[in-house]
Amino acid sequence: MAVTAKKMDATAARLEGMNLPAGGKWATEAREDALARLREMGLPDRRDEYWKYTRPDTLTQADAPEALVFDAQETPLFDGFDRLKVVFVDGVFDAAQSDDLACEGLSIERLADVAQKDIHWVRDLYGALEINGQTPVHRPLAALNSAFATDGVVIHVTGKVSKPVNLIYRHNSNSSDAILHHVIKLDAGAELTVLENGPAAARFNKSMEVDVADGASFHHVRAQGRDHERRAVTHIFGRLGTESVFKSFTLTVNGRLTRNEAILELTGDDAVAHVAGACLGDGDFHHDDTVFVTHDAVNCESRQVYKKVLRNGATGVFQGKILVQPGAQKTDGYQISQSLLLDEDSQFLAKPELEIYADDVACSHGSTSGAIDEDALFYLRARGVPKDIATDLMVLSFVAEAVDEIENEDLRDEILARLEGWLERRRD
Amino acid sequence: MLEIKGLKVQLEDEDKQILKGVDLKVEAGKVHAIMGPNGSGKSTLSYVLSGKDGYEVTEGSATLSGEDLLELEAEERAALGLFLAFQYPVEIPGVGNMTFLRTAVNSQRKARGEEELSAKDFLQEIRAKAKTLKIDADMLKRPVNVGFSGGEKKRNEILQMAMLEPKMCILDETDSGLDVDAMKLVSEGVNALRDEGRGFLVITHYQRLLDHIKPDVVHIMADGRIIKTGGPELALEVEKNGYADILAEMA
Ligand SMILES: Nc1ncnc2c1ncn2[C@@H]1O[C@H](COP(=O)(O)OP(=O)(O)OP(=O)(O)O)[C@@H](O)[C@H]1O
Ligand SMILES: [Mg+2]
Repeated sequence: MAVTAKKMDATAARLEGMNLPAGGKWATEAREDALARLREMGLPDRRDEYWKYTRPDTLTQADAPEALVFDAQETPLFDGFDRLKVVFVDGVFDAAQSDDLACEGLSIERLADVAQKDIHWVRDLYGALEINGQTPVHRPLAALNSAFATDGVVIHVTGKVSKPVNLIYRHNSNSSDAILHHVIKLDAGAELTVLENGPAAARFNKSMEVDVADGASFHHVRAQGRDHERRAVTHIFGRLGTESVFKSFTLTVNGRLTRNEAILELTGDDAVAHVAGACLGDGDFHHDDTVFVTHDAVNCESRQVYKKVLRNGATGVFQGKILVQPGAQKTDGYQISQSLLLDEDSQFLAKPELEIYADDVACSHGSTSGAIDEDALFYLRARGVPKDIATDLMVLSFVAEAVDEIENEDLRDEILARLEGWLERRRD
Repeated sequence: MLEIKGLKVQLEDEDKQILKGVDLKVEAGKVHAIMGPNGSGKSTLSYVLSGKDGYEVTEGSATLSGEDLLELEAEERAALGLFLAFQYPVEIPGVGNMTFLRTAVNSQRKARGEEELSAKDFLQEIRAKAKTLKIDADMLKRPVNVGFSGGEKKRNEILQMAMLEPKMCILDETDSGLDVDAMKLVSEGVNALRDEGRGFLVITHYQRLLDHIKPDVVHIMADGRIIKTGGPELALEVEKNGYADILAEMA
């Protein structure tokens, strides 16, 4: 991919005056490398094929566009759960609101702390999965993240952790611009659930690199906050070892611009990777799920399940790919992306792709976009169910396949309750 | 109970008239049957009465217990006590049968200012009623009508009717697709609901159903009108001779 001179100039201009965070030896090296990667590939612009459906300018421009802090006036998500809370306010770690960073079966540290050290195990992982994820498609905003992230968590999981780690992102300032980078390493046989919730900042760039060793399992459930004007670009990089499990679900309601990328590599035989998302958008809402799953081992399973409910001119984007490398026989790959358009102003843009270099595989993909089924709606109403409730029932049934990807029943119910609440508030 | 006067209906999208002046009155406690050739407008009449979009009433009126049906939303008509057992029940993937019926029962109760049925009472009632219709618990858990056989769908309609206890029941070809035993079950279900305060309008092509559900009055509909009204013997005549004689007589 040749980078145009114009793009190089624009990138150089944008990066001028931006200083890498100060740190110890390993961190400085990792950040300088990331910055070099970024300079080489250039920041995304509208002409990039990978950004055809989503305009990157507000994500790359110098200042974060303002986003009003939204008072959700409801109990925070996951409130009733026994969990280890790690709170960031506008991207800054808040010790007072967080629990002690200690839990059996894992060690958890702040990136800001470990970055000061000259040597730390995270050196081998920080940016490593991101680099893998840069081929065959460039993800410059992830390189930007690796270069400029000031904080995050660094988690080493050695056993089965009894309670989830909950990363909570509060948003307090209308103009905050936050960059966080998390690294999670699961040893063989280890288990961890990570929950994420909250709007984070006016503009949020977040990366999470997850290395799942043989037989380990990683579960991830996140809900991106309800602030209407927030913007976010997030990357999850996952590397899966033999017989490991990686399952991630994201709920997105509101937000002016969200681009969630998931880049998963199945490198060990018999691994299972599921990524799912449900989003509900109303009005000035642009939501992009960009997923890249690479099968590089035998007998692995992957699922991508994305459901988008769009109304009042909201836009949904899905770019999803399953790449089956030579030798990745017995691959079972599934991908579905669907949108429910509640009016004619809303739109769904989808680019589902399969690229297969092995002969003994079963891969299926489908993408649909449709309006609510009028016959079903009438049937419900003829039984006395008011139109708005009937519509909500159908919306819930539409997103069910994605929500059902959450394995833990309590977490699934928690997410469903949020969905129902959101729908209820929008009833006329 | 149900009173229809000079009802003329055309399609909203097309300049096509389907009902050309229907007059019909169903008294409380009575069972009326409508028979008539394919395409004569029987289902259309049932849809217009229940409030389906896509039809335009150009003339006439329809009231239930004195209330103007045509002014109301479909859900309001249901809460008022109108029920349509669909000729083609709709499949709704993802919405559980139980959730659907409970939402329906409680929406109607709420609209009427009545107390909602508790989960426990609802469960008890639906189990008992499903049992008499030989609908197993597994079917109740499945999404609405999804994967149901033709006959199962029809039985599910009658279960909904039994749970909602409407005042005015319109059954559109509920007998089609039923085997002999299911026909008996469904008829028993309907007969169990026969009551002084309840009216029935049974649309059918066959005398068979009317052997089980004995009508008080039989109407013949053709080309968007009720062309003949009589007693149960009219259905027997249709069964024997078809519509040719009646149509000729009216022409
Ligand atoms: N939405 C529609 N668009 C076009 N034509 C319609 C529509 N609805 C009804 N019709 C036409 O109106 C006429 C009456 O249809 P209807 O379904 O009411 O007949 P029916 O008496 O119920 O017939 P059957 O005995 O076959 O069930 C038919 O000619 C049908 O094709
Ligand atoms: Mg019909």
